[in-house]
Amino acid sequence: MTDAPSNTTQSGGGNVPGKLYNVVAGAGRASRSAAGQVGDVVRYTGGMSYLLGDTISWTLRSLFSRNVKFGGRAILVQMFRVGVKSIPIIAIVEVFIGVILALQLAPTLDTYGQRQRVADVVGIAIVRELGPLLTAIVLSGFAGASIAAEIGSMVESEEVKALRAHALNPIRFLVVPRFLATSLMIVVLTVFSDYIGVLGGFLTAVYILDVPPVLYMNLTQAALTTTDFLTGLVKAGVFGGVIAMIACYEGLRVSGGPAGVGRATTSTVVKSIVAIIGIDAVFTAAFYALGI
Amino acid sequence: MAEHAATTDNNIRQVAISADGVVKTFFNAEGEEFRVLDGVTFDIYRGETLVVMGGSGCGKSTLLNCLIGEYAVDGGHIRFKTKGMTEPTDLCSMDEAEMNRLRMRFGILFQSGALFNSMTVGENISLPLIEHSYVDPSIIDIVVTLKLQQVKMLPHRDKMPSQLSGGQKKRAGLARATALDPEILFYDEPSAGLDPVTSAAIDELMMDLSKKLEVTSVVVTHEMDSAFRIADRMVMLEKGRVLKIGPRSEFEVIRDADPATLSGVDEQLMHQFLNGYSDGPLTDAEGLSEFEKLINADSRA
Repeated sequence: MTDAPSNTTQSGGGNVPGKLYNVVAGAGRASRSAAGQVGDVVRYTGGMSYLLGDTISWTLRSLFSRNVKFGGRAILVQMFRVGVKSIPIIAIVEVFIGVILALQLAPTLDTYGQRQRVADVVGIAIVRELGPLLTAIVLSGFAGASIAAEIGSMVESEEVKALRAHALNPIRFLVVPRFLATSLMIVVLTVFSDYIGVLGGFLTAVYILDVPPVLYMNLTQAALTTTDFLTGLVKAGVFGGVIAMIACYEGLRVSGGPAGVGRATTSTVVKSIVAIIGIDAVFTAAFYALGI
Repeated sequence: MAEHAATTDNNIRQVAISADGVVKTFFNAEGEEFRVLDGVTFDIYRGETLVVMGGSGCGKSTLLNCLIGEYAVDGGHIRFKTKGMTEPTDLCSMDEAEMNRLRMRFGILFQSGALFNSMTVGENISLPLIEHSYVDPSIIDIVVTLKLQQVKMLPHRDKMPSQLSGGQKKRAGLARATALDPEILFYDEPSAGLDPVTSAAIDELMMDLSKKLEVTSVVVTHEMDSAFRIADRMVMLEKGRVLKIGPRSEFEVIRDADPATLSGVDEQLMHQFLNGYSDGPLTDAEGLSEFEKLINADSRA
């Protein structure tokens, strides 16, 4: 955008053409910036959709075509990396969430003389919502960032180019194992985090809030249904796929050396968390509408 | 496109790769167009070692990326005629599956070696064999041993890439590049970052493999000692165009000539480049090359 003519940009109120010019120029800059951002979002979404389509296509081909190898070992390696290594941190986060929920709810429930009902609320909150959500958020920082950094480094060191040069498709070789491993392991980890979260609430209720242990377990069992578990697990599986897709996409488009790898990891964590919470809101609304 | 068979010294020389008017352009963030390759035309004959050289930014790495199918060309044609092909196949008209079939016929040694860092040296070499064949693992093991012996890396079979020196990484990369017994080998700056002794050893290895495996070699480099050691023919690029292509002897004549006897800017430019002089048509009065000027302009922008 060129500068305004000098005779219309004099400061000191009352210069209407100068003000008008600034308003129009500002609007122009804003609309150009907005158009650029919309373009970026469209390009990003398009790229992600393409990657997702290709990943699903290669996954199906590796499962059903004899000409495409499944790569079971690579998936196991990734499952160990994504799943097993993140167990301690998920356990710590979930047990604290159980403790926090129980302590936060107790005073309110006390006013109704229903302190023992902390079991219901903690159970439902953890299993339906916080178990899958927090597991996904932990994994986006733990596994997502690591996947983006690893693939980004491979791009920078020409390893991805070398894969293509050896007629090995990087999506089949790098993305599919990470996609499957993250989607599967997050479901397993969510089951684990559900139990740990409920355990945190149980310990708090029993040892601090003086709720009888058997009563707590009975109330939890009565409050939770299979649907509660399943809805949480479905959400978790989708979250895992989203984390893997964002991480792989960010990793594959790394440029600019180590700084680019750093940008990709940060971007992966931020975008994953935003996407997970957005998708969670959609799921919650859909389940509410369906009465699930 | 040039003839796919040329007669020299009563021998029929089959063209393995033919670049015909190859154009490649890039756009910067402001949408400005940079034509990096501008109608590059040459043939590479089967079994020869062709060295592609030129200063930084002349387009030689872009050309290599076009030849291996990494970049799609914006104009012209790149045709391959590997063994068993009755007609040359145009790279530009290939789909991904066809491209992958062709890729299995060639090997590439990348500048950094580009070994897969999560795998041992042995696993790096066995990967293409495992992925592209259904042979017994014991056979693959034997092939890996042979490939490592060829590049004198057998004792390092179980090491991770991070445990190797620069020269060893290149040797291991070369073993991986030859894993599928390719017909064509591409080398991207094989001497870059190596000391002169290691560089000479890699050159010897490349020449040895070319003879033993009877492969066609395309080497992109700006290391002149290495280029004159390994080349059968040479091609010099400047500003995305072929300045000269010919046998190594013709370039040796230009390199060793008295500058006063050289006719025209092109020969003076090649003389400067081949001898590594700082003064000449490649650089301006401040000693900056065209590429450096481009980088400076870009950073100012």
